[in-house]
Amino acid sequence: MANFIEETVKAAGSELALVRGGSGRPLLVFHDELGYPGWMTWNEKLAQDRTLLIPSQPGFGKSPRIDWILDYRDLAGFYSQMVREMKLAPIDVIGFSAGGFIAAEMAAADPAIFSHMVLVAPMGIKPATGEIFDFFAVTVRRHLMATVADPANTPEYAKIYGGQMTPDRFEAFEDARAETARIGWEPFMHNPSLPHLLRGVKTPTLLVWGTHDKVVPRGCIDGYRDAIANSQVAEIDGAGHRPEIENVAEFDRVVRKFLAV
Amino acid sequence: MQIGYFTERPYRWLPEEEILHNRGYFAVSNSHFDREKAADDYHYYLDEYCYAEDLGFDVVALNEHHGNPFCMGSVMNVEASVLAYRTRRVRIVLIGNPLPVIKHPLRMAEELAEIDLISRGRLVTGWVRGAGSEQFFNNANPAYNREMFNEAHDFIVQAWTRPGPWRYEGKHFHYRHVNPWALPYQKPHPPMWIPGVLSPETVQWCAEHRYPYIGLGTQLGPTCDLWDFYADVAAKNGYQAGPENFGYLIPTVLADSEEKAQSIANNFVYGGGQNAFSAPQFTMPPGYNSKGAIRMLAKQQTSTWLGVSGEKIRESMEEGDTGAVNYDEVRRKLRSGLQKVQQNLQVIAGTPKSVIPKIKSILSVLRPGIFIMFSIQGPVGNDDRRTSMRLFADEVMPALKEHAKAIDLPDPFQRAPGSVKLSTGSSRIPVSDRSPLAELGLK
Repeated sequence: MANFIEETVKAAGSELALVRGGSGRPLLVFHDELGYPGWMTWNEKLAQDRTLLIPSQPGFGKSPRIDWILDYRDLAGFYSQMVREMKLAPIDVIGFSAGGFIAAEMAAADPAIFSHMVLVAPMGIKPATGEIFDFFAVTVRRHLMATVADPANTPEYAKIYGGQMTPDRFEAFEDARAETARIGWEPFMHNPSLPHLLRGVKTPTLLVWGTHDKVVPRGCIDGYRDAIANSQVAEIDGAGHRPEIENVAEFDRVVRKFLAV
Repeated sequence: MQIGYFTERPYRWLPEEEILHNRGYFAVSNSHFDREKAADDYHYYLDEYCYAEDLGFDVVALNEHHGNPFCMGSVMNVEASVLAYRTRRVRIVLIGNPLPVIKHPLRMAEELAEIDLISRGRLVTGWVRGAGSEQFFNNANPAYNREMFNEAHDFIVQAWTRPGPWRYEGKHFHYRHVNPWALPYQKPHPPMWIPGVLSPETVQWCAEHRYPYIGLGTQLGPTCDLWDFYADVAAKNGYQAGPENFGYLIPTVLADSEEKAQSIANNFVYGGGQNAFSAPQFTMPPGYNSKGAIRMLAKQQTSTWLGVSGEKIRESMEEGDTGAVNYDEVRRKLRSGLQKVQQNLQVIAGTPKSVIPKIKSILSVLRPGIFIMFSIQGPVGNDDRRTSMRLFADEVMPALKEHAKAIDLPDPFQRAPGSVKLSTGSSRIPVSDRSPLAELGLK
């Protein structure tokens, strides 16, 4: 059974919607560029041993947009203030896709802020080979379909994104895409200085990547691996950009092992 | 009334299948570009605008689009410069420069000042936000489109009117030395007309700035709604809006026979026509439209300018199959759609005899001070294009001018937009007349 609540917290001079669930040591979760998709099986499993803190990014869902946040580095600064105000540091973090970009920016600015980082198919570094999929140049439906290797055989994909797109749902996705465009349009979903600023960061880091990821190429993972000395890669065979719903058991296993849950 | 001539300057040498297969004009590969044919057509279209002056049109109107064979005007200021030098009488109307995608308002201020000087004060400069696809082409952040539009506009007006040198630190633009030597011929600056496709934010902005708003082929009923909105904002700002505040531009083709006119009019849906300006993913990039605009557009059943419509929004949500294209079936649907928009009076085609009453009806309903003929699209030969222009100028234009006089449609040069004061507390008078709509079978 899901044991989470939705609350509003004050952070860095603004209000933020936050999902809090589970029990145990806190674990901060940064959702991806399409927003918090809801409480999933992987949440339920980890929540048995950890307290998950899942903020909705400013401009997403019920969290109001913050105009002074102009790029992902500003957003990382905002979240760092939140971590300080909530006295959470050092804390473990999981960041998905653009959420991984946010976590990496935070670690680059303050290497002591996280005790462990799990970056799942993180954006943020320009890949030496391949390109981050330009999801702005496709409709939201096509973007969603690109995030999993096999939509028809991914039950939680169907649960969350399948079926008829309602106007409300469409509007929520468009809000997320608009805010992502506002802060990530150019340079597209990366920051050229990030790999340089990550050098010397010693935070134990797990880089999770599905071998069939159509959104973030392996080159991004290699960039992080080269930049962060204390990093390791966990490939999930056959998964796409959402290994946490495409292969829940394997995702849970590698994350638990790394975080020593 | 000001009567204008406008053409998209279509690239006429692209097989229709290429556009249908691509599901839009934008992003068709430029490997299909033929420089010799294009060079000929640039010359032809400039000559055609000069011919419009010879025929007696009051204004010639230019636009620009990027990476798109729908319109060969990639940098309209280049064409406007040529026309400024070559023509002697017509006003040169730009509808308009896409400020947020060009991203260099100081350069824009200089270019337009030169055009106004060369033409000795015949420039009417309009602004647009740029089509959705142009945010991609120019890599302009769509989420800042409206902000950049507003800031660029405000900067240009300052650059033209505030003695320099001065320094500018804005949000999106920064200049350490603003002192353009070439200033506009017209004082304080050229007039501005703003085209649009029903975005309420644009209409509000126009009304607040007292700029005429040009409806681009929008349905008559929703256009009346928008005129009312403009007039309400105008009233709040202390003036009575009138014909001098409104313009209307609509696809129009004339020929010697109805059959010939219909045959040519089919080219308004060549490759899918305006609705195929760009595929859904390029039409509405993230953050480009406000929620209010998206909700309003969702109600627009038929396509408008650049294919922005409720249908396109639904396609964005559902994105239909991407299998093989049945070209004959697509063409059949397009032709059938063309009949519908003709019934809606969103495309006008015929002989002068049949066209005159239709456009007179539009003028009676919308009461615009500016009417602009949008000339033929698609691969239509020069002779048919010129015949259409000549029939319009010789036979339709005089009838429209007479009608405009009879129902009192002053243009922005006869009565300055925003000059009719409305005292606080007094109610405004209607700006459109919906009574003929029922008779026309329209809502």
